[in-house]
Amino acid sequence: MASFAETGPGSPVVESIRVDQVTPRAKTGLWARLIGAVVIAAIMLIPVAWMTMTAIKSRPDAVASPPKVFFVPSLDGFIGLFADRSQLGPAELAEYQQRTDLSLWEEQALVRGMKILGPSQFVGRLRNSLIISSASTVLAVTMGLLAAYAFSRYEIPGKGDLLFFILSTRMLPAVVVTIPIFLMYRAVGLYDTHIGMILLYTAFNLSFSVWLLKGFIDEIPKEYEEAALVDGYSRLQAFRKIVLPQAVTGIAATAVFCLIFAWNEYAFALMLTGDKARTAPPSIPSMLGVGGIEWGSIAAGSLLFLIPVVIVTFALRRYLLRGVTFGAIRQ
Amino acid sequence: MDNPQEIASSPSVASPPFEAGVKRTRWGQLSDGTIQRLFILPTLVLLIVWNIFPLFYSLYLSFTRYSHSGKLAPVWIGTANYSSLLNDPKLWKSFAITGRYALFSVLLQILIGFGLALLLRAKFKASGLITTLILIPMMLSPVVVGLFWKLIYNPLYGIFNYLIGFWNPSTAPIWLKDYALWSIVIVDVWMWSPFVMLLCLSGLKAIPDYLYEAAAIDRASSWRQFWRITLPQVAPLLLIAVLFRTIEAIKAFDLVMGLTGGGPGNATETVSVALYRMVFQGQARTGPASALAYIVLIIIIAMSNIYVRYLNKMKEA
Repeated sequence: MASFAETGPGSPVVESIRVDQVTPRAKTGLWARLIGAVVIAAIMLIPVAWMTMTAIKSRPDAVASPPKVFFVPSLDGFIGLFADRSQLGPAELAEYQQRTDLSLWEEQALVRGMKILGPSQFVGRLRNSLIISSASTVLAVTMGLLAAYAFSRYEIPGKGDLLFFILSTRMLPAVVVTIPIFLMYRAVGLYDTHIGMILLYTAFNLSFSVWLLKGFIDEIPKEYEEAALVDGYSRLQAFRKIVLPQAVTGIAATAVFCLIFAWNEYAFALMLTGDKARTAPPSIPSMLGVGGIEWGSIAAGSLLFLIPVVIVTFALRRYLLRGVTFGAIRQ
Repeated sequence: MDNPQEIASSPSVASPPFEAGVKRTRWGQLSDGTIQRLFILPTLVLLIVWNIFPLFYSLYLSFTRYSHSGKLAPVWIGTANYSSLLNDPKLWKSFAITGRYALFSVLLQILIGFGLALLLRAKFKASGLITTLILIPMMLSPVVVGLFWKLIYNPLYGIFNYLIGFWNPSTAPIWLKDYALWSIVIVDVWMWSPFVMLLCLSGLKAIPDYLYEAAAIDRASSWRQFWRITLPQVAPLLLIAVLFRTIEAIKAFDLVMGLTGGGPGNATETVSVALYRMVFQGQARTGPASALAYIVLIIIIAMSNIYVRYLNKMKEA
């Protein structure tokens, strides 16, 4: 083997290395950090793991005492979440057990001696959640993008105050704003409607999207557009062809944050919807089954809410800090 | 119109770019002034209709006797709502509960979040992945979090007591009954310490290495380095975290509703929950509730004012 003196380091040395940071002691320190971090992460994720496990437990396993760590997975929780069921009488039970045309879901329900009547209320509420959160996100991001562009590129009289006003609307406690909005909605017939919820979430996400997008647009050099304007582009064309393509990442990040907010929102939905436009978050707590609280179904519902959020957390990890500080702090 | 060359050749568009106020008729050739107004107006209108107008309306209601479930119109009664609220011991209890909850949860979050950030600041194997994993709780829906912690706290089939060493359900504490406020604090800390960690990490990573190098050359102990370099450098971000979390703790609603619903009795009735119960449960006391809403609003606006101004300062720095 050639010695180090002959071959050199093998790869280019791009940074200086402090001697005290490569000593065995420093390396042990890094290992200790790794182990500590893994342990802490594991502890912090126990609740999430427990939720996932409860979601795929059978009904008796979900409420076993002491709690079961090892169990046979089951679809009980999801069936309870998505389907209305009824207990079968002895005669019906025998008939059902003879049948061969049952779907996978129905067979699972049969194990508990139940038949499936139809889709549960939760299906409709999940659909409401999807409609309301996606529509409000599209609106909030579109309007926010336009306003952010104007705030970023023009000298607007009272700009600082306007921006401050916009952000302060975000800080208002939901319960405080809800009382008058509830009365207003009831008066104009927007109570318990999709459009009412969409507009409300748009208003609440708008402040956030203006601030975050302004940060992203501020980073795009003005000179690009100025060059385009000199070349004969109109303002709108410059906006569409120069700014939009460069702001795509920012727009996507903003959209996802708005989506998560609307997807997770509980207080407004609880107070401003009844049966028709109710979204999923306020309906998960009220999922009561035949024998009291159906923990399996609640866990299944929570898990459905959890999965998209976890994916998004990973996708957005570079922008999380910007998101939570309204774009004020960039990493 | 999509081809820039084509546009450049048509004389009507070749005007100086920043000349505001020039009236043009065709879409796509709007003047800067029009674009400004067109771009900002929808946002302002929506925010005014959905935030400012309702607030004025509830300001009016706070001076009236009114219940939205009744048929009677609001009756002007001056400041009676405010004075009866401020003399109501139940309300002061709500404020005390909210204050205690905010104090303990923010304090613990700062300690734990800062500790986590100190642990994760060094680059080691999979440190990025672990950081992201730790951040998951803060992205979840508070009401869903509250709900599944309710299962975790359950004295019979929850795992919390088992994990902290109470193996016998009959002698174990019943968290949501005996330590209801503390159980909410624990969940809030679990959920939001990662937020503090995220802010602190960005602060820690921005500290230039040469400060520590200079301190090491001067033989400053690591304890002294922490107090003289690390802490002062991270302080602005810590302050942001404290302000933001305090505002959020005062507003606490979703998590409390998911976990305890304000109970048992009103042991965990934070101001927001008290407000909700006043309007949407029981006798629907809309007038007094609007007054309470305004008291909360003033507190929140005062705090968020400081917060937003501080954020702005950070942004300019």
